[in-house]
Amino acid sequence: MATVYIPAALRELTEGVECVKVEASTVRQVIAALEARWPALQGRLRQQDELAAGLAVSIDGAISSRGLLARVGPESEVHFIPAIGGG
Amino acid sequence: MTASAKPAASSSAPQYKVLGTRPIRHDGTDKVTGRAIYAADLHLPGMAYGRVIRSPHAHARIRSIDFSAALALPGVLAVTSAADMPDLKNKFADLGEGRVNLAHLGANCLAQGKVLYRGHAVAAVAAVSPHVAEEAAKLVRIEYEPLPAVTWVLDAMKPNAPLLHDDVFTESMGQLSDKPSNVSRHIHFEQGDVQRGFAQADVVIEREYRTASVHQGYIEPHACTALWNQDGHVTIWTATQGSFSCRQQVAELLELPVSRVTVVPCEIGGGFGGKIPIYLEPVAVLLSRKCGRPVKLTMTRSDVFEGTGPTPGSFVRVKLGATRDGKLVAGEAWLAYDAGAFPGGMIGPGCMCVFSCYEIPHARVDGYDVCLNKPKTAAYRAPGATQAAFACESVIDELAERLNIDPIEFRLKNAAKEGTRRVDGPVYPRIGLVEVLEAARASEHWNTPLAGPWRGRGVAAGYWFNIGLKSSASASVNADGTVTLVEGSTDIGGTRTSVAMQLAETLGIAAEDVRPQVADTDSVGYTDVTGGSRVTFATGLAAYQVGLDIRRQMAERAALLWECDPALVRFEDGVFRTDGRSITFKELAAKLHATGGPVVGRAAVDPEGPTHGFGAHIVDVEVDPDTGKVTILRYTAVQDAGKAVHPSYVEGQMQGGTVQGIGWALNEEYWFDDRGQMRNASFLDYRMPTALDVPMIETIIVEVPNPDHPYGVRGVGETPIVPPPAALANAIYRATGVRLRELPMSPPRVWAALAAAGKSS
Amino acid sequence: MAKKHHLSAVVNGEPVEFLCEARQSLLEVLRDVLHLTGAKEGCNNGNCGACTVLLDGLPVNSCLVLAVEADGCRITTVEGLADATHLHPLQQCFLEDAALQCGVCTPGFLVAAKALLDKNPNPSEQEIRFELANNLCRCTGYDKIVRAVQHAAARLREART
Ligand code: FES
Ligand code: FES
Repeated sequence: MATVYIPAALRELTEGVECVKVEASTVRQVIAALEARWPALQGRLRQQDELAAGLAVSIDGAISSRGLLARVGPESEVHFIPAIGGG
Repeated sequence: MTASAKPAASSSAPQYKVLGTRPIRHDGTDKVTGRAIYAADLHLPGMAYGRVIRSPHAHARIRSIDFSAALALPGVLAVTSAADMPDLKNKFADLGEGRVNLAHLGANCLAQGKVLYRGHAVAAVAAVSPHVAEEAAKLVRIEYEPLPAVTWVLDAMKPNAPLLHDDVFTESMGQLSDKPSNVSRHIHFEQGDVQRGFAQADVVIEREYRTASVHQGYIEPHACTALWNQDGHVTIWTATQGSFSCRQQVAELLELPVSRVTVVPCEIGGGFGGKIPIYLEPVAVLLSRKCGRPVKLTMTRSDVFEGTGPTPGSFVRVKLGATRDGKLVAGEAWLAYDAGAFPGGMIGPGCMCVFSCYEIPHARVDGYDVCLNKPKTAAYRAPGATQAAFACESVIDELAERLNIDPIEFRLKNAAKEGTRRVDGPVYPRIGLVEVLEAARASEHWNTPLAGPWRGRGVAAGYWFNIGLKSSASASVNADGTVTLVEGSTDIGGTRTSVAMQLAETLGIAAEDVRPQVADTDSVGYTDVTGGSRVTFATGLAAYQVGLDIRRQMAERAALLWECDPALVRFEDGVFRTDGRSITFKELAAKLHATGGPVVGRAAVDPEGPTHGFGAHIVDVEVDPDTGKVTILRYTAVQDAGKAVHPSYVEGQMQGGTVQGIGWALNEEYWFDDRGQMRNASFLDYRMPTALDVPMIETIIVEVPNPDHPYGVRGVGETPIVPPPAALANAIYRATGVRLRELPMSPPRVWAALAAAGKSS
Repeated sequence: MAKKHHLSAVVNGEPVEFLCEARQSLLEVLRDVLHLTGAKEGCNNGNCGACTVLLDGLPVNSCLVLAVEADGCRITTVEGLADATHLHPLQQCFLEDAALQCGVCTPGFLVAAKALLDKNPNPSEQEIRFELANNLCRCTGYDKIVRAVQHAAARLREART
């Protein structure tokens, strides 16, 4: 099961839970599982079947450009972080 | 000058033939003879010249625009304003570095209804000569209703501040505030238990820092030429860091299919992040559509200052706690960065970078993106990191002093390393901060005593990501054994060569035997912007894969010649071999026609970043107590390059970034008066460092290979701008006993701080 | 439109004649009329040096010179530094020492450095920094530019002896 970190700003919606194990093989499934457990998360991580604007997903330290389609391994660690650019 | 700090486990380190050498850049001769064509150098038959009319107000409603007098002037060919742009309300586009609100992007190119900063483009004219265009611009009558303006980030956050947009709300992880606000985003990170962490601390220091807006300061002003052809195809010749992102932005704004737009990247005279956004391009396209000629638009220097992205002005509060034996236990940061006139500034990376050099078990970060009446901010080299590091590295220095621990030692004790969990969550892979700090501690500079009154030595660390993103490349093998490489990354500092070198290494040929070309958007696959320290890393990775593709195809040709199984052909050091037989790359290249025709290699990559670049700087200063002027006596920059592909270019990036950081620290700032007008929009009054202001910048390249690149390459372009302000502030403190917490630390400000402390004459 | 002026000058060794308006700067005429786009416009008000050319052997910001003032003068631009087959030692050293990144300041630096070495064949680091302080470079931090000028000076001295 993948380990998913709940962004600090959303922990008030997850009864303070910081980190959960989720059965999922894509980021879309990760978010669906979180939303199923905490319906208040709906609309916070994805909007119109896309990762929410300004958000990126980090899987095992690598930021994927595939958004909701990104693959998640059974041992993966998943974080939602701000999108970064550069100069 | 440059020393590899560590004999990098020399026995096991891979031996390279091309990487690590210093060939002359492929585009060099054109650039030293004046032959290279930059965007402003382009001349097309029948070309018209445009001029953009900009707002004299920091904030105002546009009542009316009257072009009649301008159109009556002989030689005027076309006029345009936002009325000619499609309505883009609530349309978003993914531009590679995140989703962008197109209505905002469009309104930044031509103001919609309101002007939001002095210098905001409102309208444009095209005429037969630049002078006629300039005269016509003066004849365009625009009526404004001025509104109150706000230019300091904390003022703009106040509930009664003038509101810039009625459609911007505070977004916090997907949720919007119920009322419109200048604060467009709140970011919050937390790990561990911050309260408990501070309870464990023996020493806690909390300080506030302010930084002024500074500009990227590239010497080439923005310029472009656009042609809307009679067949409806649009061609844009421009100075951009990303031809594909420029193509997409223009296409989205004008509602054209991307295939109708070709962007031809010209040589580019510096960007540093500031030539990622588009400004002139859609305007030139609109003018060209109206007059049927190619239209050239160029900015003046004051247009560049007043109309293009500076970096955010900022307010940062940092609180750190450590135990008596020098272990950081808790940290808290509160950052407010201005985004300029439209939301989407650099607060995300600011929050991610503020504690990125350290292992802090309990930490919390809050960040705010704030709209106000300045030009929309653009990325500037490690965007958002320098402001954050100024604060954090200054507090670190105070903590070290309070605990009576050597400042490098203190950083080493707490340095982030493989396995450290960042405050934004992810865990670091193999990184090089410890090696960088050790190299700084071992440097000749650090071990040379500094004596004399009013002198001091400061040190600071810095961090920036390398983003990955998409790159495409292809290459053809020529009959003479050379290779022509086509890539899509615009070259702002010699990347043609650093990318070509990686292909040469892969093929076992000389760097000079690769001829790199930067192609237009019709001639190469999609490639993301030149930025985020990604080109040498990601486009280099594409070049490596092109090399593998060519090797595989060439091995098949060798197998054909030798009538053997291609799987039995090996490639080593530029030679194809199978038992007993061998043929060099060059020899085989001559036989391609007879063995099946041309060999073209190709690759498209999308590596998943980020990788991580760390640096540490040491600086010696002397402060003049009578004037407050800070003179830099000696400067050393240390950085992990992963693998330095072209050491001179790595040094050049370190030196250039350092001097930009010095300018930011000591002199540069946007000066706004109380009506929000920038008062120093020229190189005379916005003073960037000259050759006389800085010494030689000594460089130490550390090489801790990046596990995610076949040659271990890390991008190096951005990290070097991060440490200088904090290193200088720390040095000024050691020289004077006074801590400065506001940038720039210009002579008047230093003098005032010394006077307030009773230390100046 | 006011009548244009008819001027003649020697540009990079070649006599040229051209028409210009009274308000046009030498930089504009070089770039837009004579199509010598090596000299760059970085500021158009004398503060960056990207437009540096030699006017009768002396370095000037060509954006601050009216073209009509150049009537009858000898003008050298970056295009005039190399001969048909060889780069000038300054150009060669700029390449070898990686003294350019984006290259937009390079024409101005090369011309200014030539003016310096013409009058002082063996300048100190400080003299180089002083003489080149009129030219801004945002990319390199100046280190490699100063070194390239030192190397070129040494090469020119060797060639003379
Ligand atoms: S363009 Fe002439 S000095 Fe800047
Ligand atoms: S090399 Fe870019 S400004 Fe000097």
